[in-house]
Amino acid sequence: MKFAVIVFPGSNCDRDMYHAAKEVLGEEADLVWYQNSNLENYDGILLPGGFSYGDYLRSGAIAATSDVMEQVKVHAREGKPVLGVCNGFQILTESGLLPGALMRNKKLSFMCHQEELIVENNETMFTTGYKKGEVVRYPIAHGEGNYYCDQETLKELKANNQIVFTYQNNPNGSVENIAGIINKEGNVLGMMPHPERAVEKVLGSDDGLILFQSIVKNWRESYYVTNA
Amino acid sequence: MRKVTVFITLKQGVLDPQGKQIQESLNVLGFNEVQQARVGKYMELQVEDGPNLEERVREMCDKLLANPVIEDYHFDVEEVVHS
Repeated sequence: MKFAVIVFPGSNCDRDMYHAAKEVLGEEADLVWYQNSNLENYDGILLPGGFSYGDYLRSGAIAATSDVMEQVKVHAREGKPVLGVCNGFQILTESGLLPGALMRNKKLSFMCHQEELIVENNETMFTTGYKKGEVVRYPIAHGEGNYYCDQETLKELKANNQIVFTYQNNPNGSVENIAGIINKEGNVLGMMPHPERAVEKVLGSDDGLILFQSIVKNWRESYYVTNA
Repeated sequence: MRKVTVFITLKQGVLDPQGKQIQESLNVLGFNEVQQARVGKYMELQVEDGPNLEERVREMCDKLLANPVIEDYHFDVEEVVHS
């Protein structure tokens, strides 16, 4: 499987994401600069964390207007996996690929520590390696991870089982303790916690590796079915 | 040339932790009459005059300047006076 890690000016978790996909997972991966890029030959898109465009206007807002995001939308429409972590999640909501918005943390401060997450939905292509209700440990590192959506959207998220991860102890004020959501079609996942920073025991947790392994396993299975 | 001033505010019902902090700090400074503070954004655009100017500005707000999930906006258009 071949991953593209999209690099914007101000991305800073791109190397971690690349390391997770390439070195730890052992799949093909490229760091892809946001300009003059071509995503046609990639099987999965990874939008890393950071501060694209210095968080000007709103975090993720400027990156969402870039040409590469138009290509990510095409990729998403084809049903291929897209994972946005932290700033990547913010870019996904700003570009309309995921509903809702990410606002300043309730206590206003930047937070960087490990959190316990509950796997609410283990039937997505990103989470089949987990058990439903399983508690996993991922680091968070954000100042604007406070997920907000209106009541109607929340109802829809619940009805379609789109809430994939919740916080055991809500650190940022997110509605319904939401840490990660998926689109209705089930191939675009956005989350504030960092699975790519939890792929080796030496990092304090390797719970995130299962997420990447799930993507590859599910991609392989669907690939073989399609091409059999 | 027109000067467009855009005001972006958080929607009613959306929590504004920054505004809450400002209100509390004003209270600490003795301005106890302040019951609420909400923080927004103010932008000035120099825009070439043309047909559909207001419609174009609305489009700018919807596509980029404001996030309709959490924010409302309004704007004023005035003639740029050269002195």
